[in-house]
Amino acid sequence: KRIQTLNSRNLKETLKVGGCGECQTSCKCTVANQHC
Amino acid sequence: MVHQYKSNGYNIVLDVNSGCVHVVDDLAYDVIALWEKSTPEEITAAMLEKYADQPDITQTEIEQVIADVRSLQEDGSLFSEDVYRDAVIDFKKRNAVVKALCLHVAHDCNLGCKYCFADEGEYMGRRALMSFEVGKQALDFLIQNSGSRVNLEVDFFGGEPLMNFDVVKQLVAYGRSQEKEHNKKFRFTITTNGVLLNDEILDFVNQEMGNIVLSIDGRKEVNDRMRPFRNGNGSSYDLILPKFKKVAESRQQDRYYVRGTYTHFNKDFASDVLHLADQGFEQISVEPVVAPASQPYAIREEDVPELCAEYDKLAKEILARRKAGKGFNFFHFMIDLTGGPCIYKRISGCGAGTEYLAVTPWGDLYPCHQFVGNTDFLLGNVYEGIKNTELQDRFKLCNVYARESCKDCFAKFWCSGGCSANAYHFSGDINGNYEIGCELQRKRIECAVMIKAAEAAQDAEQAEE
Repeated sequence: KRIQTLNSRNLKETLKVGGCGECQTSCKCTVANQHC
Repeated sequence: MVHQYKSNGYNIVLDVNSGCVHVVDDLAYDVIALWEKSTPEEITAAMLEKYADQPDITQTEIEQVIADVRSLQEDGSLFSEDVYRDAVIDFKKRNAVVKALCLHVAHDCNLGCKYCFADEGEYMGRRALMSFEVGKQALDFLIQNSGSRVNLEVDFFGGEPLMNFDVVKQLVAYGRSQEKEHNKKFRFTITTNGVLLNDEILDFVNQEMGNIVLSIDGRKEVNDRMRPFRNGNGSSYDLILPKFKKVAESRQQDRYYVRGTYTHFNKDFASDVLHLADQGFEQISVEPVVAPASQPYAIREEDVPELCAEYDKLAKEILARRKAGKGFNFFHFMIDLTGGPCIYKRISGCGAGTEYLAVTPWGDLYPCHQFVGNTDFLLGNVYEGIKNTELQDRFKLCNVYARESCKDCFAKFWCSGGCSANAYHFSGDINGNYEIGCELQRKRIECAVMIKAAEAAQDAEQAEE
Protein backbone atom coordinates (compact mmCIF):
# COMPACT_ATOMS: atom_id res chain seq x y z
CA LYS A 1 0.00 0.00 0.00
CA ARG A 2 1.20 3.51 -0.62
CA ILE A 3 0.53 4.50 3.02
CA GLN A 4 0.80 2.05 5.91
CA THR A 5 0.03 3.19 9.45
CA LEU A 6 2.04 1.39 12.11
CA ASN A 7 -0.21 2.40 14.98
CA SER A 8 -3.82 3.47 15.14
CA ARG A 9 -3.81 4.79 18.70
CA ASN A 10 -4.19 8.52 19.06
CA LEU A 11 -2.64 10.42 21.96
CA LYS A 12 -5.73 12.61 22.09
CA GLU A 13 -7.66 9.63 23.46
CA THR A 14 -5.52 9.72 26.61
CA LEU A 15 -6.54 13.27 27.51
CA LYS A 16 -9.68 12.06 29.28
CA VAL A 17 -8.45 8.82 30.83
CA GLY A 18 -4.74 9.46 31.47
CA GLY A 19 -2.96 11.06 34.38
CA CYS A 20 -3.39 8.33 37.01
CA GLY A 21 0.28 8.72 37.97
CA GLU A 22 0.83 5.06 38.78
CA CYS A 23 3.39 4.61 36.01
CA GLN A 24 7.07 4.15 36.65
CA THR A 25 9.40 7.12 36.88
CA SER A 26 11.19 7.68 33.61
CA CYS A 27 14.65 9.07 32.91
CA LYS A 28 18.51 5.61 37.13
CA CYS A 29 12.41 3.24 31.15
CA THR A 30 12.32 6.40 29.11
CA VAL A 31 9.05 8.08 28.23
CA ALA A 32 9.41 6.57 24.75
CA ASN A 33 9.45 2.99 26.00
CA GLN A 34 7.37 3.46 29.13
CA HIS A 35 4.82 0.84 30.07
CA CYS A 36 1.31 1.85 31.10
CA MET B 1 3.10 19.02 12.99
CA VAL B 2 4.52 16.36 10.69
CA HIS B 3 8.09 15.09 10.53
CA GLN B 4 9.27 13.21 7.44
CA TYR B 5 12.56 11.39 6.99
CA LYS B 6 14.13 8.57 5.02
CA SER B 7 16.10 5.87 6.80
CA ASN B 8 17.45 2.49 5.72
CA GLY B 9 15.19 2.45 2.66
CA TYR B 10 12.02 3.44 4.53
CA ASN B 11 10.04 6.64 4.04
CA ILE B 12 8.67 7.54 7.45
CA VAL B 13 6.07 10.14 8.38
CA LEU B 14 5.51 11.00 12.05
CA ASP B 15 2.36 12.86 13.00
CA VAL B 16 3.59 14.51 16.17
CA ASN B 17 0.35 15.47 17.91
CA SER B 18 -1.51 12.19 17.42
CA GLY B 19 1.56 9.99 17.83
CA CYS B 20 0.68 8.14 14.61
CA VAL B 21 3.50 6.72 12.50
CA HIS B 22 3.09 6.09 8.78
CA VAL B 23 5.41 4.26 6.38
CA VAL B 24 4.82 5.47 2.83
CA ASP B 25 6.10 5.04 -0.71
CA ASP B 26 7.92 7.76 -2.66
CA LEU B 27 4.77 9.22 -4.21
CA ALA B 28 2.91 9.53 -0.89
CA TYR B 29 6.07 10.92 0.74
CA ASP B 30 6.23 13.70 -1.87
CA VAL B 31 2.50 14.43 -1.69
CA ILE B 32 2.68 14.79 2.11
CA ALA B 33 5.72 17.08 1.80
CA LEU B 34 3.71 19.47 -0.41
CA TRP B 35 0.43 19.15 1.50
CA GLU B 36 0.47 22.31 3.57
CA LYS B 37 1.93 24.63 0.95
CA SER B 38 0.14 23.60 -2.26
CA THR B 39 -3.36 23.00 -3.57
CA PRO B 40 -4.38 19.48 -4.67
CA GLU B 41 -4.20 20.65 -8.29
CA GLU B 42 -0.67 21.98 -7.80
CA ILE B 43 0.38 18.74 -6.10
CA THR B 44 -1.04 16.66 -8.95
CA ALA B 45 0.79 18.74 -11.55
CA ALA B 46 4.06 18.57 -9.62
CA MET B 47 3.81 14.78 -9.21
CA LEU B 48 2.96 14.21 -12.88
CA GLU B 49 6.06 16.17 -13.80
CA LYS B 50 8.32 14.46 -11.25
CA TYR B 51 7.17 10.92 -12.07
CA ALA B 52 6.74 11.43 -15.84
CA ASP B 53 9.06 8.47 -16.50
CA GLN B 54 6.95 6.10 -14.36
CA PRO B 55 3.89 4.99 -16.36
CA ASP B 56 2.16 3.40 -13.35
CA ILE B 57 1.93 6.80 -11.63
CA THR B 58 -1.10 8.22 -13.38
CA GLN B 59 -3.24 11.21 -12.54
CA THR B 60 -5.84 8.82 -11.10
CA GLU B 61 -3.20 7.24 -8.88
CA ILE B 62 -2.00 10.62 -7.62
CA GLU B 63 -5.55 11.73 -6.90
CA GLN B 64 -6.10 8.53 -4.92
CA VAL B 65 -3.05 9.29 -2.76
CA ILE B 66 -4.34 12.82 -2.21
CA ALA B 67 -7.70 11.35 -1.12
CA ASP B 68 -5.92 8.96 1.26
CA VAL B 69 -3.94 11.80 2.84
CA ARG B 70 -7.10 13.87 3.22
CA SER B 71 -8.83 10.91 4.87
CA LEU B 72 -5.97 10.52 7.38
CA GLN B 73 -6.13 14.24 8.10
CA GLU B 74 -9.88 14.05 8.68
CA ASP B 75 -9.57 11.17 11.14
CA GLY B 76 -6.86 13.01 13.10
CA SER B 77 -3.86 10.84 12.32
CA LEU B 78 -2.04 13.21 9.97
CA PHE B 79 -1.54 16.98 10.27
CA SER B 80 -3.40 16.82 13.59
CA GLU B 81 -3.63 19.82 15.91
CA ASP B 82 -2.02 20.26 19.32
CA VAL B 83 -4.94 20.27 21.76
CA TYR B 84 -2.97 19.47 24.91
CA ARG B 85 -1.40 22.67 26.14
CA ASP B 86 -4.16 24.06 28.42
CA ALA B 87 -5.13 20.70 29.90
CA VAL B 88 -1.57 19.81 30.71
CA ILE B 89 -0.66 23.11 32.30
CA ASP B 90 -3.69 22.76 34.61
CA PHE B 91 -2.54 19.23 35.37
CA LYS B 92 0.95 20.38 36.26
CA LYS B 93 -0.36 22.96 38.73
CA ARG B 94 -2.00 20.27 40.86
CA ASN B 95 -0.57 19.15 44.16
CA ALA B 96 1.87 16.49 43.03
CA VAL B 97 2.65 13.58 45.30
CA VAL B 98 6.04 11.93 45.71
CA LYS B 99 6.32 8.49 44.16
CA ALA B 100 10.04 7.85 43.80
CA LEU B 101 13.19 8.44 45.83
CA CYS B 102 16.80 8.11 44.83
CA LEU B 103 18.57 7.14 48.05
CA HIS B 104 22.22 8.12 48.07
CA VAL B 105 23.24 5.41 50.49
CA ALA B 106 26.93 6.06 49.83
CA HIS B 107 28.74 9.25 48.95
CA ASP B 108 31.86 7.24 48.38
CA CYS B 109 33.17 5.03 45.61
CA ASN B 110 35.85 2.43 44.93
CA LEU B 111 36.37 3.56 41.33
CA GLY B 112 37.64 6.89 40.07
CA CYS B 113 35.65 7.28 36.86
CA LYS B 114 36.94 10.30 34.97
CA TYR B 115 33.54 11.48 33.75
CA CYS B 116 31.65 10.99 37.04
CA PHE B 117 29.17 13.85 37.56
CA ALA B 118 29.24 12.92 41.25
CA ASP B 119 32.91 13.84 41.70
CA GLU B 120 34.00 10.23 42.35
CA GLY B 121 30.92 9.71 44.48
CA GLU B 122 31.39 12.59 46.87
CA TYR B 123 29.15 15.15 45.16
CA MET B 124 31.49 18.05 45.80
CA GLY B 125 31.11 17.38 49.51
CA ARG B 126 32.37 14.85 52.01
CA ARG B 127 32.51 11.08 52.00
CA ALA B 128 29.53 9.69 53.87
CA LEU B 129 27.33 6.63 54.23
CA MET B 130 23.59 6.85 54.91
CA SER B 131 22.54 5.46 58.28
CA PHE B 132 19.54 3.16 58.63
CA GLU B 133 17.80 5.88 60.66
CA VAL B 134 18.05 8.44 57.84
CA GLY B 135 16.98 5.85 55.26
CA LYS B 136 14.02 4.75 57.39
CA GLN B 137 12.93 8.37 57.76
CA ALA B 138 13.20 8.76 53.97
CA LEU B 139 10.90 5.76 53.41
CA ASP B 140 8.45 7.13 55.99
CA PHE B 141 8.56 10.50 54.19
CA LEU B 142 7.79 8.73 50.90
CA ILE B 143 4.87 6.77 52.35
CA GLN B 144 3.43 9.89 54.00
CA ASN B 145 3.79 12.09 50.91
CA SER B 146 2.65 9.64 48.24
CA GLY B 147 -1.09 10.23 48.66
CA SER B 148 -3.16 7.41 47.20
CA ARG B 149 -0.36 6.19 44.91
CA VAL B 150 0.20 2.48 45.39
CA ASN B 151 3.38 1.92 43.38
CA LEU B 152 6.43 3.53 44.96
CA GLU B 153 10.02 3.36 43.72
CA VAL B 154 13.25 3.48 45.67
CA ASP B 155 16.58 3.42 43.88
CA PHE B 156 19.76 2.70 45.81
CA PHE B 157 22.39 4.96 44.34
CA GLY B 158 25.73 6.52 45.09
CA GLY B 159 28.62 6.77 44.80
CA GLU B 160 28.71 3.01 45.03
CA PRO B 161 25.70 1.72 47.00
CA LEU B 162 27.25 -1.68 47.69
CA MET B 163 29.72 0.10 50.00
CA ASN B 164 26.72 0.33 52.36
CA PHE B 165 25.02 -2.97 51.61
CA ASP B 166 23.93 -3.74 55.19
CA VAL B 167 21.84 -0.56 55.24
CA VAL B 168 20.40 -1.43 51.81
CA LYS B 169 19.23 -4.78 53.22
CA GLN B 170 17.76 -3.17 56.33
CA LEU B 171 15.89 -0.55 54.30
CA VAL B 172 14.41 -3.12 51.93
CA ALA B 173 13.21 -5.14 54.92
CA TYR B 174 11.73 -2.02 56.51
CA GLY B 175 9.99 -1.03 53.27
CA ARG B 176 8.48 -4.49 52.86
CA SER B 177 7.24 -4.39 56.47
CA GLN B 178 5.27 -1.21 55.72
CA GLU B 179 3.61 -2.28 52.46
CA LYS B 180 0.50 -3.99 53.79
CA GLU B 181 -0.32 -1.44 56.47
CA HIS B 182 -0.12 1.50 54.05
CA ASN B 183 -1.34 -0.23 50.85
CA LYS B 184 1.92 0.46 49.05
CA LYS B 185 4.12 -1.63 46.78
CA PHE B 186 7.82 -0.81 46.74
CA ARG B 187 9.87 -1.36 43.62
CA PHE B 188 13.50 -1.36 44.70
CA THR B 189 16.32 -0.90 42.20
CA ILE B 190 20.08 -0.51 42.46
CA THR B 191 22.91 0.86 40.32
CA THR B 192 26.36 -0.62 40.88
CA ASN B 193 29.86 -0.65 39.43
CA GLY B 194 30.09 -4.32 40.38
CA VAL B 195 33.37 -4.16 42.30
CA LEU B 196 31.83 -5.53 45.52
CA LEU B 197 29.25 -7.78 43.88
CA ASN B 198 29.28 -11.33 45.29
CA ASP B 199 26.94 -14.33 45.50
CA GLU B 200 25.28 -13.18 48.73
CA ILE B 201 24.51 -9.76 47.26
CA LEU B 202 23.35 -11.27 43.97
CA ASP B 203 20.90 -13.59 45.74
CA PHE B 204 19.49 -10.62 47.65
CA VAL B 205 19.24 -8.47 44.52
CA ASN B 206 17.48 -11.23 42.61
CA GLN B 207 14.99 -11.67 45.42
CA GLU B 208 14.23 -8.00 46.06
CA MET B 209 15.27 -5.71 43.22
CA GLY B 210 13.02 -4.93 40.27
CA ASN B 211 16.01 -3.80 38.26
CA ILE B 212 19.77 -3.67 38.56
CA VAL B 213 21.97 -1.38 36.49
CA LEU B 214 25.51 -2.63 35.94
CA SER B 215 28.03 0.00 34.90
CA ILE B 216 30.45 -1.01 32.13
CA ASP B 217 31.46 1.04 29.11
CA GLY B 218 32.07 -1.67 26.50
CA ARG B 219 35.42 -2.81 25.14
CA LYS B 220 38.12 -3.39 27.75
CA GLU B 221 40.38 -0.55 26.63
CA VAL B 222 37.44 1.87 26.47
CA ASN B 223 36.12 0.86 29.89
CA ASP B 224 39.48 0.89 31.66
CA ARG B 225 40.50 4.25 30.21
CA MET B 226 37.52 5.98 31.86
CA ARG B 227 36.71 3.66 34.79
CA PRO B 228 39.99 3.08 36.66
CA PHE B 229 40.34 1.98 40.26
CA ARG B 230 41.07 4.85 42.59
CA ASN B 231 44.66 3.71 43.03
CA GLY B 232 45.08 3.38 39.27
CA ASN B 233 46.10 -0.29 39.43
CA GLY B 234 44.41 -3.19 37.65
CA SER B 235 41.51 -3.50 35.23
CA SER B 236 37.97 -2.88 36.43
CA TYR B 237 36.75 -4.59 33.22
CA ASP B 238 38.49 -7.86 34.10
CA LEU B 239 37.00 -7.81 37.59
CA ILE B 240 33.40 -6.94 36.73
CA LEU B 241 32.72 -8.66 33.40
CA PRO B 242 32.40 -12.23 34.75
CA LYS B 243 30.25 -10.97 37.63
CA PHE B 244 27.94 -9.09 35.27
CA LYS B 245 27.54 -12.16 33.04
CA LYS B 246 26.48 -14.10 36.11
CA VAL B 247 23.93 -11.41 37.04
CA ALA B 248 22.42 -11.43 33.53
CA GLU B 249 22.07 -15.21 33.43
CA SER B 250 20.73 -15.43 36.98
CA ARG B 251 17.98 -12.97 36.03
CA GLN B 252 17.14 -14.86 32.82
CA GLN B 253 18.42 -11.93 30.72
CA ASP B 254 15.66 -9.70 32.08
CA ARG B 255 15.21 -6.85 34.58
CA TYR B 256 18.78 -5.57 34.31
CA TYR B 257 20.85 -3.27 32.12
CA VAL B 258 24.52 -3.16 31.41
CA ARG B 259 24.97 0.56 31.12
CA GLY B 260 27.93 2.38 29.60
CA THR B 261 28.94 5.92 28.81
CA TYR B 262 30.53 6.89 25.52
CA THR B 263 32.71 9.96 25.15
CA HIS B 264 34.66 11.93 22.55
CA PHE B 265 37.28 9.17 22.85
CA ASN B 266 35.01 6.41 21.50
CA LYS B 267 32.77 7.96 18.90
CA ASP B 268 32.65 4.46 17.38
CA PHE B 269 30.47 3.47 20.35
CA ALA B 270 28.43 1.01 18.27
CA SER B 271 31.45 -1.25 18.61
CA ASP B 272 31.08 -1.06 22.38
CA VAL B 273 27.38 -1.89 22.22
CA LEU B 274 28.10 -4.86 19.95
CA HIS B 275 30.98 -5.95 22.16
CA LEU B 276 28.58 -6.14 25.11
CA ALA B 277 26.09 -8.05 22.95
CA ASP B 278 28.86 -10.44 21.91
CA GLN B 279 29.54 -11.07 25.60
CA GLY B 280 25.98 -12.37 25.89
CA PHE B 281 24.18 -9.34 27.33
CA GLU B 282 20.67 -8.77 25.99
CA GLN B 283 19.72 -5.55 27.83
CA ILE B 284 22.19 -2.83 26.90
CA SER B 285 22.44 0.92 27.23
CA VAL B 286 25.42 2.96 26.09
CA GLU B 287 24.80 6.69 26.44
CA PRO B 288 26.61 9.92 25.59
CA VAL B 289 28.62 11.58 28.33
CA VAL B 290 27.23 14.92 29.46
CA ALA B 291 30.17 17.09 30.38
CA PRO B 292 31.35 20.69 30.04
CA ALA B 293 33.08 21.47 26.75
CA SER B 294 36.31 22.15 28.65
CA GLN B 295 36.74 18.43 29.35
CA PRO B 296 38.80 16.53 26.75
CA TYR B 297 36.30 13.65 26.75
CA ALA B 298 33.23 15.87 26.24
CA ILE B 299 31.01 15.43 23.20
CA ARG B 300 31.41 18.42 20.88
CA GLU B 301 29.04 19.88 18.33
CA GLU B 302 31.36 18.75 15.52
CA ASP B 303 31.08 15.15 16.81
CA VAL B 304 27.32 15.02 16.24
CA PRO B 305 27.24 13.97 12.53
CA GLU B 306 29.66 11.11 13.24
CA LEU B 307 27.63 10.01 16.27
CA CYS B 308 24.39 10.11 14.27
CA ALA B 309 25.98 7.92 11.59
CA GLU B 310 27.01 5.53 14.35
CA TYR B 311 23.40 5.29 15.58
CA ASP B 312 22.29 4.49 12.01
CA LYS B 313 24.93 1.78 11.78
CA LEU B 314 23.86 0.32 15.12
CA ALA B 315 20.17 0.29 14.16
CA LYS B 316 20.91 -1.70 10.99
CA GLU B 317 23.08 -4.16 12.90
CA ILE B 318 20.38 -4.67 15.54
CA LEU B 319 17.90 -5.53 12.78
CA ALA B 320 20.35 -7.97 11.20
CA ARG B 321 21.02 -9.68 14.52
CA ARG B 322 17.33 -9.96 15.35
CA LYS B 323 16.73 -11.56 11.97
CA ALA B 324 19.51 -14.04 12.75
CA GLY B 325 17.98 -14.85 16.14
CA LYS B 326 20.70 -13.00 18.07
CA GLY B 327 18.76 -9.90 19.01
CA PHE B 328 19.22 -7.65 22.00
CA ASN B 329 17.54 -4.55 23.40
CA PHE B 330 19.24 -1.18 23.14
CA PHE B 331 17.70 1.16 25.73
CA HIS B 332 17.52 4.25 23.53
CA PHE B 333 16.04 2.39 20.55
CA MET B 334 13.15 0.97 22.56
CA ILE B 335 9.91 2.73 21.69
CA ASP B 336 6.29 1.81 22.27
CA LEU B 337 4.14 2.96 19.37
CA THR B 338 0.93 1.20 20.33
CA GLY B 339 0.71 1.75 24.09
CA GLY B 340 3.01 3.82 26.17
CA PRO B 341 2.12 6.61 28.54
CA CYS B 342 -0.68 9.15 28.39
CA ILE B 343 -0.18 12.68 27.12
CA TYR B 344 0.14 14.02 30.68
CA LYS B 345 3.17 11.85 31.33
CA ARG B 346 4.66 12.60 27.92
CA ILE B 347 4.57 16.32 28.55
CA SER B 348 5.56 16.23 32.22
CA GLY B 349 8.63 14.02 31.84
CA CYS B 350 10.53 12.58 34.76
CA GLY B 351 8.88 14.55 37.57
CA ALA B 352 12.19 15.64 39.10
CA GLY B 353 11.62 17.93 42.07
CA THR B 354 7.99 16.91 42.45
CA GLU B 355 7.28 13.19 42.03
CA TYR B 356 10.93 12.22 42.19
CA LEU B 357 13.47 13.36 44.79
CA ALA B 358 17.05 12.50 45.69
CA VAL B 359 18.07 12.01 49.33
CA THR B 360 21.63 12.61 50.55
CA PRO B 361 23.28 10.41 53.22
CA TRP B 362 22.27 12.96 55.86
CA GLY B 363 18.68 13.31 54.64
CA ASP B 364 18.70 16.46 52.50
CA LEU B 365 16.26 16.50 49.58
CA TYR B 366 17.22 17.57 46.05
CA PRO B 367 15.19 17.55 42.80
CA CYS B 368 17.26 14.66 41.44
CA HIS B 369 20.65 13.01 41.78
CA GLN B 370 22.19 15.39 39.23
CA PHE B 371 21.48 18.42 41.44
CA VAL B 372 22.87 16.93 44.64
CA GLY B 373 25.69 19.02 46.05
CA ASN B 374 24.45 22.29 44.54
CA THR B 375 22.86 23.97 47.55
CA ASP B 376 20.94 26.36 45.28
CA PHE B 377 18.73 23.32 44.64
CA LEU B 378 18.28 22.17 48.23
CA LEU B 379 14.54 21.53 48.65
CA GLY B 380 14.36 20.46 52.30
CA ASN B 381 15.03 17.29 54.24
CA VAL B 382 13.32 14.03 55.15
CA TYR B 383 12.54 15.23 58.68
CA GLU B 384 10.87 18.56 57.86
CA GLY B 385 9.80 17.84 54.27
CA ILE B 386 9.89 20.36 51.42
CA LYS B 387 10.85 23.77 52.76
CA ASN B 388 11.80 25.55 49.54
CA THR B 389 8.33 25.51 47.96
CA GLU B 390 9.25 28.29 45.53
CA LEU B 391 11.90 26.02 43.99
CA GLN B 392 9.51 23.08 43.86
CA ASP B 393 6.93 25.26 42.10
CA ARG B 394 9.51 25.98 39.39
CA PHE B 395 10.01 22.25 38.86
CA LYS B 396 6.24 21.69 38.85
CA LEU B 397 5.98 23.85 35.77
CA CYS B 398 8.77 22.09 33.90
CA ASN B 399 7.13 20.66 30.80
CA VAL B 400 7.39 20.58 27.05
CA TYR B 401 5.47 23.85 26.68
CA ALA B 402 7.76 25.68 29.09
CA ARG B 403 10.74 25.04 26.81
CA GLU B 404 10.87 27.33 23.81
CA SER B 405 13.19 24.97 21.94
CA CYS B 406 10.68 22.10 22.20
CA LYS B 407 7.87 23.99 20.50
CA ASP B 408 8.77 22.95 16.95
CA CYS B 409 10.55 19.70 17.79
CA PHE B 410 9.05 16.49 16.40
CA ALA B 411 10.47 14.46 19.30
CA LYS B 412 8.78 16.36 22.11
CA PHE B 413 6.17 13.74 23.04
CA TRP B 414 8.75 10.95 23.06
CA CYS B 415 11.41 12.92 24.87
CA SER B 416 9.24 15.00 27.23
CA GLY B 417 11.47 18.03 27.00
CA GLY B 418 14.70 16.41 28.04
CA CYS B 419 16.60 16.54 31.30
CA SER B 420 16.25 19.60 33.56
CA ALA B 421 19.68 18.98 35.05
CA ASN B 422 21.40 18.87 31.67
CA ALA B 423 19.48 21.98 30.64
CA TYR B 424 20.59 23.77 33.80
CA HIS B 425 24.22 22.74 33.48
CA PHE B 426 24.42 23.93 29.88
CA SER B 427 22.09 26.93 29.79
CA GLY B 428 21.77 27.98 33.44
CA ASP B 429 18.00 27.42 33.26
CA ILE B 430 16.07 24.25 34.15
CA ASN B 431 13.75 25.11 31.26
CA GLY B 432 16.62 25.70 28.86
CA ASN B 433 18.04 23.03 26.62
CA TYR B 434 21.21 21.09 25.89
CA GLU B 435 21.37 21.21 22.11
CA ILE B 436 23.82 18.33 21.57
CA GLY B 437 21.60 16.13 23.72
CA CYS B 438 18.56 17.19 21.67
CA GLU B 439 20.25 16.39 18.35
CA LEU B 440 21.24 12.92 19.53
CA GLN B 441 17.81 12.28 21.03
CA ARG B 442 16.09 13.14 17.74
CA LYS B 443 18.40 10.77 15.90
CA ARG B 444 17.72 7.94 18.35
CA ILE B 445 13.97 8.36 17.97
CA GLU B 446 14.29 8.28 14.18
CA CYS B 447 16.30 5.05 14.46
CA ALA B 448 13.84 3.52 16.94
CA VAL B 449 10.88 4.20 14.65
CA MET B 450 12.80 2.90 11.63
CA ILE B 451 13.40 -0.38 13.48
CA LYS B 452 9.64 -0.63 14.10
CA ALA B 453 8.98 0.03 10.40
CA ALA B 454 11.47 -2.64 9.36
CA GLU B 455 10.01 -5.17 11.79
CA ALA B 456 6.49 -4.44 10.50
CA ALA B 457 7.72 -5.02 6.94
CA GLN B 458 9.38 -8.29 7.97
CA ASP B 459 6.18 -9.42 9.70
CA ALA B 460 4.17 -8.63 6.56
CA GLU B 461 6.65 -10.59 4.41
CA GLN B 462 6.42 -13.61 6.70
CA ALA B 463 2.61 -13.43 6.70
CA GLU B 464 2.61 -13.54 2.88
CA GLU B 465 4.89 -16.60 2.89
